[in-house]
Amino acid sequence: MTSPLPAAEALARRHRLRWWEALPWAAAMAAYFVFPTYLAFGTQVLVTVLFVLSLDLVLGYAGIVTLGHAAFFGAGAYTVGLLAQHAGWNEPLSGLAAAAVVAGLLGLASGFVVLRTQGLTLLMLTLCTMALLEESANMGAAWTGGFDGLPDLQFKPLLGLFRFEQLSYRPQYFYALAVLFACFVLVRTLVHSPFGQSLTGIRENLLRMHAVGAPVHRRLVTAYAISAALAGVAGGLFTQCNAYVNLAVLGLDRAAGALIILILGGYGRLYGAFVGAVAYMVLEHVLARAYPTAWQLGIGLLLMAVALYARNGILGLAASLARRASGSRRA
Amino acid sequence: MDLANVLGILLGGLASGMVLFIVSVGLSITMGLMGFVNLAHGGFAMLGGYVVALSMRSLGVPFVPALAIAFVAVAALSVVLERLFYARLYRAGELDQVLFTIGLIFVMISAVTLAVGPEAQTLRLPEWLRGQTDLGFMRYRSYSLALIAAGSALVVVLWLGFERTRIGAQIRAAVDNRRMAESIGVNVARLFTLTFALGSGLAAVGGGLGAEILGLDPQYPLRYLVYFLIVVSVGGLGRVTGVFFAALLIGVLDFVLKIRFPQGGTLFIYALTLGLLLWRPQGLFGKRA
Amino acid sequence: MIRRIGVLALALAAAALAAFATGASAQTVKVGVVLPYSGIGAEFAQQVDRGMKIFMQLHPGAFGSYKIELVKRDSKNPSGAPAKTAVQELITQDKVDILTGFIFSPDAIASAPLVTEANKPMIIMNAGTAWITDLSPDIARVSFSMWHAGFAMGQTAAKMLHAKTAVVGYTDYPPGKDSLEAFKHGFEANGGKVIDAIPMGSPAKVPDFTPFFQRVKDEKPDVFFVFVPAGDHAVAVAKTYAALGMKQAGIKLIGPGDITQDTELQKMGDDAVGLITVHHYNADLDNPANKRFVAAWKKEYGADSTPDFMAVQGYDGMAAIAHVVTSLKGKIDGTSAMKALEGWKFDSPQGPIMIDPATRDIVMNEYVSELEKKDGRMVQKNIGVIKAVKDMCKELKVGRCK
Repeated sequence: MTSPLPAAEALARRHRLRWWEALPWAAAMAAYFVFPTYLAFGTQVLVTVLFVLSLDLVLGYAGIVTLGHAAFFGAGAYTVGLLAQHAGWNEPLSGLAAAAVVAGLLGLASGFVVLRTQGLTLLMLTLCTMALLEESANMGAAWTGGFDGLPDLQFKPLLGLFRFEQLSYRPQYFYALAVLFACFVLVRTLVHSPFGQSLTGIRENLLRMHAVGAPVHRRLVTAYAISAALAGVAGGLFTQCNAYVNLAVLGLDRAAGALIILILGGYGRLYGAFVGAVAYMVLEHVLARAYPTAWQLGIGLLLMAVALYARNGILGLAASLARRASGSRRA
Repeated sequence: MDLANVLGILLGGLASGMVLFIVSVGLSITMGLMGFVNLAHGGFAMLGGYVVALSMRSLGVPFVPALAIAFVAVAALSVVLERLFYARLYRAGELDQVLFTIGLIFVMISAVTLAVGPEAQTLRLPEWLRGQTDLGFMRYRSYSLALIAAGSALVVVLWLGFERTRIGAQIRAAVDNRRMAESIGVNVARLFTLTFALGSGLAAVGGGLGAEILGLDPQYPLRYLVYFLIVVSVGGLGRVTGVFFAALLIGVLDFVLKIRFPQGGTLFIYALTLGLLLWRPQGLFGKRA
Repeated sequence: MIRRIGVLALALAAAALAAFATGASAQTVKVGVVLPYSGIGAEFAQQVDRGMKIFMQLHPGAFGSYKIELVKRDSKNPSGAPAKTAVQELITQDKVDILTGFIFSPDAIASAPLVTEANKPMIIMNAGTAWITDLSPDIARVSFSMWHAGFAMGQTAAKMLHAKTAVVGYTDYPPGKDSLEAFKHGFEANGGKVIDAIPMGSPAKVPDFTPFFQRVKDEKPDVFFVFVPAGDHAVAVAKTYAALGMKQAGIKLIGPGDITQDTELQKMGDDAVGLITVHHYNADLDNPANKRFVAAWKKEYGADSTPDFMAVQGYDGMAAIAHVVTSLKGKIDGTSAMKALEGWKFDSPQGPIMIDPATRDIVMNEYVSELEKKDGRMVQKNIGVIKAVKDMCKELKVGRCK
């Protein structure tokens, strides 16, 4: 006998945890023990995963293609940096909260304005917003330090107990992992909720969503603002863990890099950020150590190959392979 | 400020606008016609510039023939790339296209760095382009005047080509409505290849012609990507006249603002683009969606 | 019989001691080299890298019995984070004894806390923001601070060129602003006045300088001091200066040697004749060490190739490392390395250099040169020299400098 509410059942089922969802976290914990001298690199990876996760929310789920997401990363990064340098406010957790608020408000304001457009226009508007922010930060170099950035930032110990260690990065790694986990739980809940479903609806078929009376613009702006806040947290984390921030946090390099990583990993699949960031950054790290002058060639070829042969990134490839495997078993 | 000064500023802005136009027109057409996000477009411009620089230096070819060689060489390369790779991605989502073209840029940058070196290249302009020309009422930099002449000639040729020839009509038809064009017998695939080759060849010429202003080094494609995208989006996809006027507008305004408010930096261009696109999302000359 | 055994035992002991001694002194010293081998700084990294190599070629015995192992890492983009990660791994994984390289200031700035905590010496081969050496007691610099050339140029403009008014054009980022400040201090301390300061675009791309230069032409100063980053910016500056006929209008173009980088000189053509620059090095300097340096360079990298100030910084950096290694007998840590470098003097291709004991920054000559054309080539003609120039930012304690 079928359930009286099959759709609701299906929706509820999505929330349930699957066994393999523990894998990324187990791997991250294991990495701490297996690669104790790589924790600085590991922290950069975790920060990037969080940033790319926030991008997945707007791009993978809401379908907003943006090249300017680093605006929010940078807003968060500079909030933490400026507060620490000029206002003496260097408590880590409240700093992150401030970063989230500033970046979220920025996302709300800019999203409200630009999300009325689509396609190339939207892309360019997000790009211009980010570039404007970068230029302003440069012009305000007396405050922001400009290209040279804010040196020697000091932060209070985390929870009053764990002082950030410059050389080993041990507390920073765990800190980043914990923040990532908390944000991930938030994102996962969001995308499986009715709100998240409506975002997917907007992405898949805009006209129909309008037709069923969904408040499209409001949903998009909300998603954008939440994503911006998360990106801001990632940025704040960057500044705190590295004790340094400069203009590059607002640059096209960072925004485009996040986009590439997300597409590589597979967008709209929640774990694409993890897979993409680890794959891209580890490969880049290894290649750059072996061939400091020529590694870009290898990365470029990889990206081209994935685009041509693995639609929807690594996770997409894995999914289609899994389907083929189970399909051939059935046949 | 006297007339000569105002005119000087105007001509300077027009000249840099022309370079932007020559390089970006190909991007506008491919994005408008093929709906393909080719972020590697700047890479073709860079390759063209390198072909010009190297053939002038190593083979002693004069400037203008070198430009022609660059056009042919890069157009040929683009045909190969299009048939082998781009064609597979026409049906793919725009994000896969972005991934592919950025990968291609990385490959182009590192290939050039490994083959030639990371240093910037310079072109020695021919004698008749150096120095100043006497226009009667004023003297102005010959090179800038040549750029203005080249750009104007190009837009006229392209406009005539699109408006007055059969192929041009087919291209316009395919841009406006690909399915209909296919259904009346237009070979859209061949059209794609042709326009892609043309656009990339023009970018190559732009890269060589504009090297004096924009420079020439392996980082060129990434550095100017945003400017090309701005010109294309402000002009409106697939519109030659749109790109022309957008490029001139950006060129002149950028120039004027730098003289009056150098502290503003590139801020104004981004603010301007933001404002223009919010006012007219389809670009100055684009079709309303 | 006993005597024979005794002699044999002594011989064996001596041999054992000798073997032990050579075994102990065939030690390896690891040097971590952090340079932007890829991306926008790649050509600078190449010059520094080559300069290091030429030093090791010309001075094979400089390191005593110690073997130098260079561990090279790409600092990628100038955001500071990749450099910091590279330094962290060099210290904790590769266990390097010395860190060097650092083209971009953010890379050095971000990494400073690491070397302090690890007590490892950092020998900077480029990064020119003045207060970098204040960030850690373990940093020494053999390259320059923007103030070395900027202040000296200001002095020269007022005293040698008798200029009363100047306009400064600078690329809008910290080295440009530093250069402006430095020039202003030097110029106005000697009776001049800076009437306008024009930011000219970002270092990331070469702008069309025409509008900026047009504005200067209208203002008619005695001298136009320009700072742009080394590379194609400099060539564009020379071309625009000529294209606008500014020389004929009586405006002298001056600047630090970044705008006449030796690798770009020949590309500037006749446009640049008459340009006056102040810098710690140019390839035409006439001293025995430089003659050897340039000859070895051309032999290794081709007759058309030329060293420049970045290359000599790599060379000097290796010399400093050699001094540290041999004077500390391979037992290297930050504090003792800095002690060893205090007051260290060296006959570099750029002339006599010294590390200032008070600031750990470099003290060197600044050469005033005029660009001229000789036998179809552009050469730097030496028209003056200011000896033993210190970093005036730290001397005068301006801004962040302590």
